[in-house]
Amino acid sequence: MTTVAVKPATMAQALTRALRDAMAADPAVHVMGEDVGTLGGVFRVTDGLAKEFGEDRCTDTPLAEAGILGTAVGMAMYGLRPVVEMQFDAFAYPAFEQLISHVSRMRNRTRGKMPLPITVRVPYGGGIGGVEHHSDSSEAYYMATPGLHVVTPATVADAYGLLRASIASDDPVVFLEPKRLYWSKDSWNPEEPAPVDPIGRAVVRRPGRSATLITYGPSVPVCVEAAEAARAEGWDLEVVDLRSLVPFDDETVCASVRRTGRAVVVHESGSFGGPGGEIAARVTERCFHHLEAPVLRVAGFDVPYPPPMLERHHLPGVDRILDAVGRLQWEAES
Amino acid sequence: MTVMEQRGAYRPTPPPAWQPRMDPAPLLPDAEPYRVLGTEAAAKADPELLRALYAQLVKGRRYNAQATALTKQGRLAVYPSTTGQEACEVAAAMVLEERDWLFPSYRDTLAVVARGVDPVEALTLLRGDWHTGYDPHEHRVAPLCTPLATQLPHAVGLAHAARLKGDDVVALAMVGDGGTSEGDFHEALNFAAVWQAPVVFLVQNNGFAISVPLAKQTAAPSLAHKAVGYGMPGRLVDGNDAAAVHEVLSDAVRHARAGGGPTLVEAITYRVDAHTNADDATRYRADAEVETWREHDPIELLERELTARGLLDEDGKRAARDAAEAMAASLREHMNQDPVLDPMDLFTDVYAEPTPQLREQREQLRAELEAEAGAEPEGGTHR
Repeated sequence: MTTVAVKPATMAQALTRALRDAMAADPAVHVMGEDVGTLGGVFRVTDGLAKEFGEDRCTDTPLAEAGILGTAVGMAMYGLRPVVEMQFDAFAYPAFEQLISHVSRMRNRTRGKMPLPITVRVPYGGGIGGVEHHSDSSEAYYMATPGLHVVTPATVADAYGLLRASIASDDPVVFLEPKRLYWSKDSWNPEEPAPVDPIGRAVVRRPGRSATLITYGPSVPVCVEAAEAARAEGWDLEVVDLRSLVPFDDETVCASVRRTGRAVVVHESGSFGGPGGEIAARVTERCFHHLEAPVLRVAGFDVPYPPPMLERHHLPGVDRILDAVGRLQWEAES
Repeated sequence: MTVMEQRGAYRPTPPPAWQPRMDPAPLLPDAEPYRVLGTEAAAKADPELLRALYAQLVKGRRYNAQATALTKQGRLAVYPSTTGQEACEVAAAMVLEERDWLFPSYRDTLAVVARGVDPVEALTLLRGDWHTGYDPHEHRVAPLCTPLATQLPHAVGLAHAARLKGDDVVALAMVGDGGTSEGDFHEALNFAAVWQAPVVFLVQNNGFAISVPLAKQTAAPSLAHKAVGYGMPGRLVDGNDAAAVHEVLSDAVRHARAGGGPTLVEAITYRVDAHTNADDATRYRADAEVETWREHDPIELLERELTARGLLDEDGKRAARDAAEAMAASLREHMNQDPVLDPMDLFTDVYAEPTPQLREQREQLRAELEAEAGAEPEGGTHR
């Protein structure tokens, strides 16, 4: 019996592989965006696709995000399955009208006659030293729009599985790629990729008994690190990786919080009007009698994304997470 | 041959070698809007086509009047009329083959009906019982589009996809003069030209974007001139001359189908009615101006031509009127029935499968409806 060597792969490589496998499996899958062809994308996620599948399947478009997504709508109307790359989080804003007025609601407007199976890939979040407009956490805007699925991977294996699931979905999916995890490595066998998880399932990334850190995307490794550091304080923290913001996995989240009795939501997005408010409300509504303390939020400040030399003060880090855990009314225990 | 090969790579070259990659002159619109009726070109027009256009125009005028009346009676929430613009509306539908696609704006229900969609289904949006009342795939008509010009990139994408699949399909997209100021107009035309997509853009320049006249909308020589900047031909046509609109659009459709790429057509017409029933046009234009356009009415123009050529007599006019009345009577009858609404439909087509969150909200509404109906909610208690 031979065993295939499991080599370390990066998240970017897993995403490339997911696109390639999806394109090979279904001729309706078309990749389009700025610089995705010859260059292979500014993050190289579409590397080699134009060469392998031709420029009609992996297309360098004019530099116009509303036009990219708007034409993708028409392509989906005609039976194609476009995968659109928005180059950066903040460069996706010109496409908002197409996304909100058409992509998200075409199925509903037409009573299910015209679903739009479009995947919109958006590199998001900070921590890469990007100058302004290159580090936004835009998930709250997408979450607030009915009709969209919003997913974000935190591991190499999930990057592959979630992207395949997104492309296979008959609904539009905003696929948020944590930029600073593009080069994160993990042992992952590209020849035997993990089965594709359905969109909408969270996962316990690290089991624990003292409190639950609810998080997603770029903040997952930070929370795992915080959980390791918390052992020194005597806390055994559970980390729940949401993976899917819409639909939201109340079941997994609440099962964890009911076990631990305490929760902190962690994300880079600002806290006012951010995902944490919704998550805290959902947890409180469902787990009130299990909670030993209010659900706290550790988030980016409510400021425009800072310049790169200041971003470390903005991003939720281990210390800020542990401070929040310390405020979970442990005195009631003694 | 790729578009790049057709047109040259247009890479930066240091002067003096630099030059534009094509001569823009062939793309320029004519100085005058193209006309057929009342000109020498009319003699060449197919009598059957003219008769068919006439029947459609008369029906279209009656449709506009009926829909306006239904709005006054409270049967429609709102109606943006195309009275005076019927030539553009019916010609846009008539130039397309069955396999082609029409991309209407919210004002273009007449074109949608002329394409074969049931008038009641076409007016569903404006009655307010749902958004799109028809199956877009059945007649290959995209949903009526309210956000201005946002349907134009859809037409480009669909036409591009059809060509990639090897299908012989053309998309015709409709927009108004106000819509040409939107960014999506620019992006759609640019994509269409770069991809050489088989699309025809029909701009009905009816003089007003609600109240704002064209002079405040653009400084371009004409809207058709905008085509040149994208590297596609622009055509200017008298939008009230049904034969001319039909000919120009047919040429553009043929050009697109043959692989010649997109065309921008500007049809000069006039919105005789207010923007909608909710608008008061006397606040921004004089009645005398409206009257001058009544003399250039699309039905009158065609009727004059047909009568002069002995192609239309009183019997013919009566037959057209009777057919229009029958359509109006049927529309009245159907629209005077209250639509059957099921509030639970709110949740059916948000996603392929409702999310757990929507399932909860659906149950909440179901309980509210049951309480409203006086029935005990299942389980006996509210959530």
